[in-house]
Amino acid sequence: MSTIKLTYREAVRAALRHALATDPRVFLMGEDVGGYGGAFAVSLGLLDEFGPERVRNAPLSESGFVGAGIGASLGGMRPIVEVMTINFSLLALDQVVNNAATLRYMSGGQLSVPLVVRMATGGGRQMAAQHEHSLEAWYAHIPGIKALAPATVEDARGMLLAALQEQDPVFIFEHALLYPLEGEIDDEPRAVDIAHAAVRREGSDVTVVTYGGSLGKCLAAAELLEQEHGLAAEVIDLRTLRPLDTDTVLASLAKTHRVVIVDEGWKTGGLAGEISAQIMEQGFDLLDWPVQRVCGVEVPMPYAKHLEEAALPSAERVVAAVREMAF
Amino acid sequence: MTPQEIRQSVLEALSDVAPEADPATIRTDLSLRDQLDIDSMDSLNFLIAVHEQLQVDIPEADWARLQTIDELVEYLGPRTGG
Amino acid sequence: MADFVMPSLGADMSAGTLAAWLKQPGDAVKRGDIVAVVHTDKADVEVEVFTSGVIERMLVEPGTEVPVGTPLAVILEEGAAAPAAPVAPTPAAAPPAAAPPVAAPFVPGPGVPAEHRLLISPSARQLAHELGLEVDALTGSGPGGRIQRRDVEAAAAEREAAPQEAAAPAPPAPPAAAPPAAAPAAPLTPAAERSAAMRRAIAASMSRSKREIPHFYLAQTIDLSRALAWLGQENLRRPVTERLLHGALLIKAVALALREVPELNATWEGDEVVRRDDVNVGVAIALRGGGLVAPALHHTDELTLEELMHSFRDLVSRARAGSLRSSEMSEPTITVTSLGERGVESVFGVIFPPQVAIVGFGTLVERPWITEGQILPCPVVNASLSADHRVTDGHRASAFLAAVDRLLQEPEEL
Repeated sequence: MSTIKLTYREAVRAALRHALATDPRVFLMGEDVGGYGGAFAVSLGLLDEFGPERVRNAPLSESGFVGAGIGASLGGMRPIVEVMTINFSLLALDQVVNNAATLRYMSGGQLSVPLVVRMATGGGRQMAAQHEHSLEAWYAHIPGIKALAPATVEDARGMLLAALQEQDPVFIFEHALLYPLEGEIDDEPRAVDIAHAAVRREGSDVTVVTYGGSLGKCLAAAELLEQEHGLAAEVIDLRTLRPLDTDTVLASLAKTHRVVIVDEGWKTGGLAGEISAQIMEQGFDLLDWPVQRVCGVEVPMPYAKHLEEAALPSAERVVAAVREMAF
Repeated sequence: MTPQEIRQSVLEALSDVAPEADPATIRTDLSLRDQLDIDSMDSLNFLIAVHEQLQVDIPEADWARLQTIDELVEYLGPRTGG
Repeated sequence: MADFVMPSLGADMSAGTLAAWLKQPGDAVKRGDIVAVVHTDKADVEVEVFTSGVIERMLVEPGTEVPVGTPLAVILEEGAAAPAAPVAPTPAAAPPAAAPPVAAPFVPGPGVPAEHRLLISPSARQLAHELGLEVDALTGSGPGGRIQRRDVEAAAAEREAAPQEAAAPAPPAPPAAAPPAAAPAAPLTPAAERSAAMRRAIAASMSRSKREIPHFYLAQTIDLSRALAWLGQENLRRPVTERLLHGALLIKAVALALREVPELNATWEGDEVVRRDDVNVGVAIALRGGGLVAPALHHTDELTLEELMHSFRDLVSRARAGSLRSSEMSEPTITVTSLGERGVESVFGVIFPPQVAIVGFGTLVERPWITEGQILPCPVVNASLSADHRVTDGHRASAFLAAVDRLLQEPEEL
């Protein structure tokens, strides 16, 4: 078994290539995915390799091309729709909520929408208030779909392949700052499990739960906590945002009795709140301290670099939140 | 003041400077400095407390002579107008 | 914004326990205000803050041990705009009747009226149930006195240790602010534990001093006849509350002598000596029941004898009550130790790092003294100097003792 070194971006591309090569029902559709190679260069080279029928440029209408993707999957295809960013996906929410997520139900099981939608998400690139949302929580809210957040190079490749095996819509959120992340993985592309969270770092003093672009910050925070404060944090990467793997979180909580949830989205009505409620419901007697949340600050994302940094979760904020839990 | 009252005041003043000592176990006929761990600072604080409680100022020279609580009480008796 | 951090209260201190907050979030503070009590191995110390402003929030709960330098509270400095700080979650009071968890055979208690609400974390309540402890009997170290797992664990350990309490020695003077019962499991009572901890701290400090500092020793016998005669006269005319001890004269003489030999008024920082401008004489004070602290009299050389005596008395009573201030613990530039009460004639002390010298005085004795060819009885005291040979030599050190001697021959100038 040999390994290859590649970036997160290349890992997604590798999954796309593998899917296009092995399943004739698969095609990629999105703005600038063709000749341009994709806004984040994920589909670079794929047009040349697979031709314009398999790698299709979409017009500037999210509602239109997500709807076309729904239609294609109803017709037996396996479309991978690339919405440039979660910010623009707002224009397609009606298609997502009222068609993609509900057609199986409304048709009494006769219709299936095996649609995969990928989108870049998150902030930290000075793209300001309209272009740096983290609205994964809104997707995780919808029954009838799955929501995935790959945070590692392996998951970037494997989750797309797993998603293509699902019969219902799957939404994959790729944090834009993760594209250049490097990793070493098996050279053989394969699907990964999408039902479970992963313990990325073991510890016994506090559980840190996170996903996507915040994983790196949480691991850095865990390192700081160990080096400077002698605290061993267990870091859990949720991987799947819907359905949530609460069992892994509770197993960790049984060891640590303290938990911090780190979520780049806004705190109010966010995913951290949902996880906190589940922890409270299912793990009430495990808690020695109220659940803490470190979230995006409740403001439209600033443009100025220092304000943007202050508005996002950081390793320092995670360390401070842990230390407030009175060790 | 009666000797009992004077002795009571003296013991209270001593408890302030030597709080770990049990007043019931202090021998009034034996040297105070032998029974209690009091240094010159404690002695001064004790004299100040006696002064506050009984309005008697014991000069250094006299204090050096007084060894036991009985001697103290005897010394203080005539000076407290009792 | 400024952080109020756990101070270093001694050369060997690496961590301290926040015993109590004396302020609350929202309180305005000025530089020098005492805001907290910190419990160290040697004493409970009142800690001052060095910025003026408003306390924004506390970061550490009482009963928590943290390393030196850890931020304890955030202070909004005067003139600083309040940042959009994340709102700290308010600790939820655990409901009096806990809902039973899925797996454990735990039966909830009857509902309790609001005024008797007990604050306890769910996990702690579960643990108490498992260990057979009554939650009402527990004390909590969490916010608002909330009982946490560690408090249950501590209570369980104390229950194990209970038979040993009868053997504990008489406790030393109680600390000014009693820390909450969050003691780690130990077979000693809290008082014996503190005594043992102080011993360990002294052991570490003294060993380090002897290991690192090349001590050398000088001694001089000083004629105190003039000083004592003057003192006797002074004390006759002073009310008892203003009386001076002869120790005050000795301390003042040391302070003034340091102006003449300033290299002894210094501290050793890392690998170089740092002269100090202020003369803060540390006075070694024996604590009742055992133990020793040597807090500083600030600006000793500038105090009048009355002021010195007054500060000295105040320092002794606070040292014995356990309420010294952090600046007193961390700022002595030299120490004076006197075992005169005990009858020893000479004291050759161990230097307290990072200081570079310690002055010792023995007991006042009458000795034959030759004055103008005649042998006469004379009250004398033996003064000794232990000094750091990295910093000074015999020549300069003798000049110091000679200065102390000379100053004590003119007591009215002290």
